[in-house]
Amino acid sequence: MLEHYLFLSAALFTLGVVGVMIRRNLIVVLMCLEMMLNAVNLSFIAFARYLGSVEGQIIVLFTMVVAACEVAVGLAIAVAVFRSRGTINVNDVNLLKW
Amino acid sequence: MEQIFFYILGAITLVSAFLVVSLRRPIQNVLFMILMMVGLAGLFILLHAEFVAMVQLVVYAGAIMVLFLFVIMLLNLDQLKMPPPEGSHVRWWAGAVIAFAVMGLIWLAFKMYLAPEVPPVEQAGASNTVVVGKALFTTYLLPFEIASVLLLAAIVGSVLLARSRS
Repeated sequence: MLEHYLFLSAALFTLGVVGVMIRRNLIVVLMCLEMMLNAVNLSFIAFARYLGSVEGQIIVLFTMVVAACEVAVGLAIAVAVFRSRGTINVNDVNLLKW
Repeated sequence: MEQIFFYILGAITLVSAFLVVSLRRPIQNVLFMILMMVGLAGLFILLHAEFVAMVQLVVYAGAIMVLFLFVIMLLNLDQLKMPPPEGSHVRWWAGAVIAFAVMGLIWLAFKMYLAPEVPPVEQAGASNTVVVGKALFTTYLLPFEIASVLLLAAIVGSVLLARSRS
């Protein structure tokens, strides 16, 4: 059963990566980042169950804290970018690219 | 029994994750993201991590996704025109192919290095919340406090970033 959970987690992570690469909307890109974090959380919980330790669940709680911080700051940046440029298309906001 | 629930919840999670990536309207993306979070919470319950499952529902599906919804409605993104993807789809396909190649690699690694049938270890006695709470407030007390400082920094930072300049 463990490997089923890990396969599901890998598939979710891949979908998140694909979303980050092909979507152009900054907010959807942030959502796909969340999806990748969630995929990793799933494998942490699966390992915690199959190793019989509680540490995996503790790490997931800390991951959620970091994810919440990331979303708050990321959305604030999105609002600021929209205010100054009038768009949140990541192709148009490329001042720091390369 | 666990297998049946796993396949149902896993299908819900994967299908809604796919829809998050593929649908074009941000509101629909957020709603399917919430469905994905609920499916993941079900999987956590299946893995006997009840406390984390409830935190997932309350914090992720409840708070973080509502924050996304707020920003989408604040910026009126549903009416905002996103230009259609530019002519050549080469980059699009390259991205997707590379990502799925990485997934194949991860699966191969699991197949090769994971023992085929590991039995789950049963936690004795106390409920999951008691165990997690005890570990969080004894062994992991310092990281817990640091996490609260990090949250405070995020609050101050996002207020500073999002306030108007005038």
